[in-house]
Amino acid sequence: MGLIGKLAVAAVLLGGAGAAVAWFLSAPVLLDAEAVAALGEGDATKGERIFWAGGCTSCHARPKSEGPARLELAGGLELKTPFGTFVAPNISPHPQDGIGGWSLEDFANAMLRGVSPAGEHYYPAFPYSSYTRMQPADIADLYAFMKTLPAVEGKAAGHQLGFPFNIRRGLGLWKRLYLSDEPVVVLADGAPENARAGQYLVEGPGHCGECHTPRQFTGGLKKDQWLAGAVAAEGDGIVPNITSGEGGIGDWSGGDIASFLETGFTPDFDSVGGSMVAVQKNMAMLPAADREAIAAYLKAVPPHPNGYPARQPAQPGG
Amino acid sequence: MRKLILAISALALAGTAAFADPIADRKALMKANGKAAGQLGAIAKGEQPFDAAAVLAALTTLSEDAAKMDVAALFPAGTDQGDTTASPKIWEDMAGFQAKVDKFKADTAAAVAAPPQDVEAVKATLGALGQNCGGCHETFRIKKS
Repeated sequence: MGLIGKLAVAAVLLGGAGAAVAWFLSAPVLLDAEAVAALGEGDATKGERIFWAGGCTSCHARPKSEGPARLELAGGLELKTPFGTFVAPNISPHPQDGIGGWSLEDFANAMLRGVSPAGEHYYPAFPYSSYTRMQPADIADLYAFMKTLPAVEGKAAGHQLGFPFNIRRGLGLWKRLYLSDEPVVVLADGAPENARAGQYLVEGPGHCGECHTPRQFTGGLKKDQWLAGAVAAEGDGIVPNITSGEGGIGDWSGGDIASFLETGFTPDFDSVGGSMVAVQKNMAMLPAADREAIAAYLKAVPPHPNGYPARQPAQPGG
Repeated sequence: MRKLILAISALALAGTAAFADPIADRKALMKANGKAAGQLGAIAKGEQPFDAAAVLAALTTLSEDAAKMDVAALFPAGTDQGDTTASPKIWEDMAGFQAKVDKFKADTAAAVAAPPQDVEAVKATLGALGQNCGGCHETFRIKKS
């Protein structure tokens, strides 16, 4: 065998080994028996709070739903991102078209591990990379609450993604890089108690960082610019900086933040806009103490300058 | 005849002057709305005492500003460009945008016709009117900075 042939064989062997390692590393990782046992019995009444904190309805209700229709989680909302178009699925308790056939363990694996009952990875457009920080009891409560919602018939359309993003298995490698249930921010020892409660709500169920933090080209969050604001995943706009850094909300008091989450008005009485409108409606459903906790946490996070580029000056005549 | 021409020219000029800069004009309207909402907000939050006259004045401002929202004049084609946060969706869905403006007109007119008589009612009115702000900004405004 000539040199070229030997090299070719080596390349195939190495490539095969690489592929085998990648296959091994990309395998879905499920909750172990101990974690499943920790879920316990869910309480639907308590789960309603988690439901609003988690913002499930913002993506999973039919687009433009108002009032009670926000509890019909038929799916269908399209998220047009640089990776392709994700379509939110039906997560109503419908046994075939929704998640009515799921066990609590299935639900917990979806929320905490981003793995479907069929053992496939979910795309992180479903923000399990935040939900993975949630307490087991909250998962069980949320499961119990979602069982009480109306079952809606009809599956939503599938995602439309190009290569290589259409290969779900590859997400296993992404998860190894970015899926972590550790807190993002280390609060100072003297931080108020409700800032810690707010940390849980923001970094876990509230998944605020998913839009308010800039991402790398791989789609991983730049945690060193946590909540610094970002170019919106959809459209031309930005998602604001909600730290106290330059361009952020350092001049808002904790009361201003809590009031914004309750009423949708900024301190100077501009109004909430864009996708935050749906989020604010959810936040308004929480107990006041939760909004105050979120405010306390946002006042305590490290300040960053804006995580998005400065706006280009308007072109004359453009 | 000459007078007529002069009159038409004057009208045309006045029209041009009023809407020379629709982006600036619509921004001024929105600022005024924010200020009026802020007056209601101060009462709703208990920062200011309830004052029926002040409440009615703020609601009247909102209603008059709403009446001034002539979509064709304030949002002519091409004014999604420039120093504006108006979304291109306004021009893609002019009927939907007009419907939001009409709802704002109707809701503010109704509030003026039956103004709130105590702090709790101010909160409710502001909450209901605020749905108009967010409801329109959800789709038709882009946050740029």
